[in-house]
Amino acid sequence: MLIALLAFAGLALAFGLLLGFAAVKFRVVGDPLADRIDAVLPQTQCGQCGFPGCRPYAEAIARREADINQCPPGGQAGVDALAELLGVESKPLSAEHGVEKPKMRAVIDETTCIGCTLCIQACPVDAILGAARHMHTVIAAECTGCELCLAPCPVDCIAMVEIAPTASTWKWPAPRDPSAADAA
Amino acid sequence: MPLLNTLARLWRFNGGLHLPGHKHESTARPIELARWPHELVLPLAQHLGAAAKPVVAIGQRVNKGELLAQPEGHVSAALHAPTSGSVAAIEPRPSAHPSGIPTPAIVLEADGRDAWTERLPAPIEDSLKLDPAYLRQRVREAGIVGLGGAAFPSAVKLDPRGAIRLLVLNAAECEPYISCDEMLMRERARAVVGGLLIMRRALGANDCIIGIEDSKPEAFAALSEALAQFGDDAEDVLLQQVPALYPSGGSKQLIRLLTGIEIPRSGHATDAGILCHNVGTAAAVHDAIVEGRPLISRIVTVTGAGVAAPRNFEALIGTPVDALVEQAGGYTDRAERLIIGGPMMGLAIPHGGVPVTKGMQCVLVASRAELAPPEPAMPCIRCGECVSVCPVDLLPQQLYWHARAREFDRAQALHLFDCIECGCCAAVCPSHLPLVQYYRYAKTEVRATERSQQAAEQARSRHQFRLMRLERDKEARAAKLRQRKETLAAEAAASGAPEDPKKAAIAAALARVQAKKAAQQAAAAGKADEPAD
Repeated sequence: MLIALLAFAGLALAFGLLLGFAAVKFRVVGDPLADRIDAVLPQTQCGQCGFPGCRPYAEAIARREADINQCPPGGQAGVDALAELLGVESKPLSAEHGVEKPKMRAVIDETTCIGCTLCIQACPVDAILGAARHMHTVIAAECTGCELCLAPCPVDCIAMVEIAPTASTWKWPAPRDPSAADAA
Repeated sequence: MPLLNTLARLWRFNGGLHLPGHKHESTARPIELARWPHELVLPLAQHLGAAAKPVVAIGQRVNKGELLAQPEGHVSAALHAPTSGSVAAIEPRPSAHPSGIPTPAIVLEADGRDAWTERLPAPIEDSLKLDPAYLRQRVREAGIVGLGGAAFPSAVKLDPRGAIRLLVLNAAECEPYISCDEMLMRERARAVVGGLLIMRRALGANDCIIGIEDSKPEAFAALSEALAQFGDDAEDVLLQQVPALYPSGGSKQLIRLLTGIEIPRSGHATDAGILCHNVGTAAAVHDAIVEGRPLISRIVTVTGAGVAAPRNFEALIGTPVDALVEQAGGYTDRAERLIIGGPMMGLAIPHGGVPVTKGMQCVLVASRAELAPPEPAMPCIRCGECVSVCPVDLLPQQLYWHARAREFDRAQALHLFDCIECGCCAAVCPSHLPLVQYYRYAKTEVRATERSQQAAEQARSRHQFRLMRLERDKEARAAKLRQRKETLAAEAAASGAPEDPKKAAIAAALARVQAKKAAQQAAAAGKADEPAD
């Protein structure tokens, strides 16, 4: 009886030490779930979700503090992808956070720009080039279309323009679905 | 020549279709030099890889063969003036792209003199003794791209990473209606063989094999004769007929037919020490080295029941398709659809106002009888016909279901990108499903997703850098402030003032306030002293 008790106590102690050691040694740094959510988000950094950037939103979703349908740039496809990742039911995009729009890019009207640098400070991805009292311009390839530069501009010289497809970014349209014939 | 001995037999690939050739319509007449109109349009991106960069200014006069645009980066090709004239514009123009989106192009206004430039590289007689690197350089300067349709820059393909032991010359030309390669071989077999030998020299390869479909006896005879004329120089070159089975002209299919080697998926033929070039490319290489001529024209088949007199033209790059059709007798009443390429892999275009490019083999003006409008698609009955004809051993039906359901990752897992869009599956589908359309659609969707993921990755790293920069600047400011305070304190201590600097500041402020108050009071008193009205 006593031997059995001692044996179990010894085993419990040994496994406890092993687990404790493993918890320290193989500790997972960071939040892998937040990383995976962040990878799905479009990285527009627009803040329409109510968080200051995509990463904070991803962390909030990982903590279950934010819903998955607050990202308008990601669109319905993004909500679906998040739902699949988290194993929850998908839902329509939340209208209070914004609506899905085609991909846009900011363009500065350089004749109106007064060189105030406010848009440069607002841009989350440093996509605006310029200096005080010098004309600014948007680096087209870096702009995420977040619209954060629109509000600070005192002379309203920034416009959002839709990105037109070029011959290399053009997509074949989906063929007409023959399931229409199914119904007939 | 041990390797070639083992190749004296034929193999086969899975699938494929026996199709009516329809070549005789356009092979009855010899190749004719096409006249060109006043205006030639030269797209800057008529090859795979980066678009060429213009080196001419608007209004500049250029002579025939002069460089108009230089290659931008490694995988790119130069562009030369097809005739003499002046640069009228550099602007987006319609091109033979399925989207119909105009692409940047150089517009050349021909002056009619057709005068060659004097700055052509010197012709070389004894090209087979030259340094391979020099030959590749000449091919690059001549702006040569694969003329079999893909338009991949040839100089890049002549400089493979691994050693090449077998050079395959693709003379199969398996797609119905197209006969530009066949006519080239019939009329210019010497240039084809000469170019092949130059390419062999550039590659450092020994064995060559020319694969030609058995439906082209005249071209076969012409090539045999040319090989005999080259004598010892053409040693270790095997001319091999392959059965006419579409798509035997696909590079991986032809290599399989000739050598029995199956190129692994996502692998290149060069990994197996094999390289495949088109006969038209060989002739262009010959012209560039032996005559010093850049690639400024190509042979284009103009055929179909929709043209009065089908034939092959040697057309300047940039000649509008309409101008070629006009010289082939014009559109007939039966003209129904205008297709660039053949009936299997070609692209339908809305109008003939697009220019001939380096990769354009054929202009097919099809009648309703030749290319019936697609019948209404019916549901898939899972018959499996498509699987049995697929020459790359894919599962067309599964790809179709996944593409239709927008499950592109699963289509990709079933090797969507190995599809060569040959059209065999769609041709045999009893439900008339537009299968190739689905694959093209899925491919461009996957590429768009990849592009947006790359953009997201870039935005993420730039945003992180910005956050890091803001944090760093804040810390730097705080450190500077701290340092200033410390130096002030040190100065105060050095000047021997026993007082606390804070107290001193407060005292000074109080003194200022009192002085202000006194001044205000004095002013108020002065006002009160003034007599009222």
